[in-house]
Amino acid sequence: MINRAHTLSIISILFSVLMIVFSCQPNVSIETAQYAVNGQKLYVAHCKNCHGAKGEGLGNLYPPLTDTNFLNQNRDKLACIVKNGLSGSIEVSGKIYDTEMPGIPELTPVDIAYILTYVTTSFGNSTTTYTQEEVKKSLGECL
Amino acid sequence: MRNNLLCAFGLAIAFLASGCSDSKTNKRLPHIGNHSTTEKVVDGKTVIDTNYYQVPEFRFLNQDSVYISSADFADKIYITNFFFTHCPSICPTMQRNLLQVYEKYKDDNRVAFLSHSIDFKYDSPSVLKSYADKLGVTNQQWQFVTGEKKDIYGIADHYYVYTKEDESAPGGYDHQGYLVLIDGQRHIRGAYDGTNDEQVKQLFEDLAILLEENK
Repeated sequence: MINRAHTLSIISILFSVLMIVFSCQPNVSIETAQYAVNGQKLYVAHCKNCHGAKGEGLGNLYPPLTDTNFLNQNRDKLACIVKNGLSGSIEVSGKIYDTEMPGIPELTPVDIAYILTYVTTSFGNSTTTYTQEEVKKSLGECL
Repeated sequence: MRNNLLCAFGLAIAFLASGCSDSKTNKRLPHIGNHSTTEKVVDGKTVIDTNYYQVPEFRFLNQDSVYISSADFADKIYITNFFFTHCPSICPTMQRNLLQVYEKYKDDNRVAFLSHSIDFKYDSPSVLKSYADKLGVTNQQWQFVTGEKKDIYGIADHYYVYTKEDESAPGGYDHQGYLVLIDGQRHIRGAYDGTNDEQVKQLFEDLAILLEENK
């Protein structure tokens, strides 16, 4: 009896935690949320130093990752940028950036999918998973 | 042995004293590094002067290709660090945090900033100038300097910051991300991990304490 009450209370606690978590991301599926959580860890390890904990960038050195127009318009190029880096100048949020970005060639497609799901849903306005299939397709078309 | 005991006793007293002084104005920052003492006679009495560890004089080339020296920092509090412009690891975080301090004390002539590049091969003055502009540094309060390898790595040792050319490290150089707080007499008064938000917060607090001391 006690055990049952115990189990019930654990379930109800878990349920309320999940309610709180998902109430903040009403339009995001569980898969997308899982990708974003994994992506956050990789983001902290590989991207945060330059682009900042909130994707705010740094001055005119490193662009912010919060420009939703840039993210949406270049969605099919993002995987190549993460894997191979970027040189030359780009315009983000109305400013020109030309610092060379190193790539991270050792990342697997699923790692890149995690990172891009995190970036596009947390900093951008996407509500969907950046899937492995999308990553593989984009990587096949890198410039 | 006796020295050790004395030292422990001194630390205990210092600890107690710091625990009691809840008034902010009484708080003083420690002097870091080895002290020496000199005895002298004043009015027939022997007094002991403490000579705190002092960072040696220096002279480096800055972002405008002008030599600057320790004389330019005389009587100023400054925060110094070691970085390089294409550093992929800790530097951006460290500089982002130092930029916050710079923005808070911008145009306050009591405070200055000094970033040493440890990439003596690539970071020429023009590269440093471009970096400073892009970081958002718009006045002379924050200096970016380069120099001979032995001079830059030598002065790093004097600030107790580890720097080393290392092919296996990201970007080719290994170094610590300390922001070192120096007073107007080139005494080291604090060192804070520039990648740790808690320690950066402490730097803000300690800098305010040091400014009070100089009043």
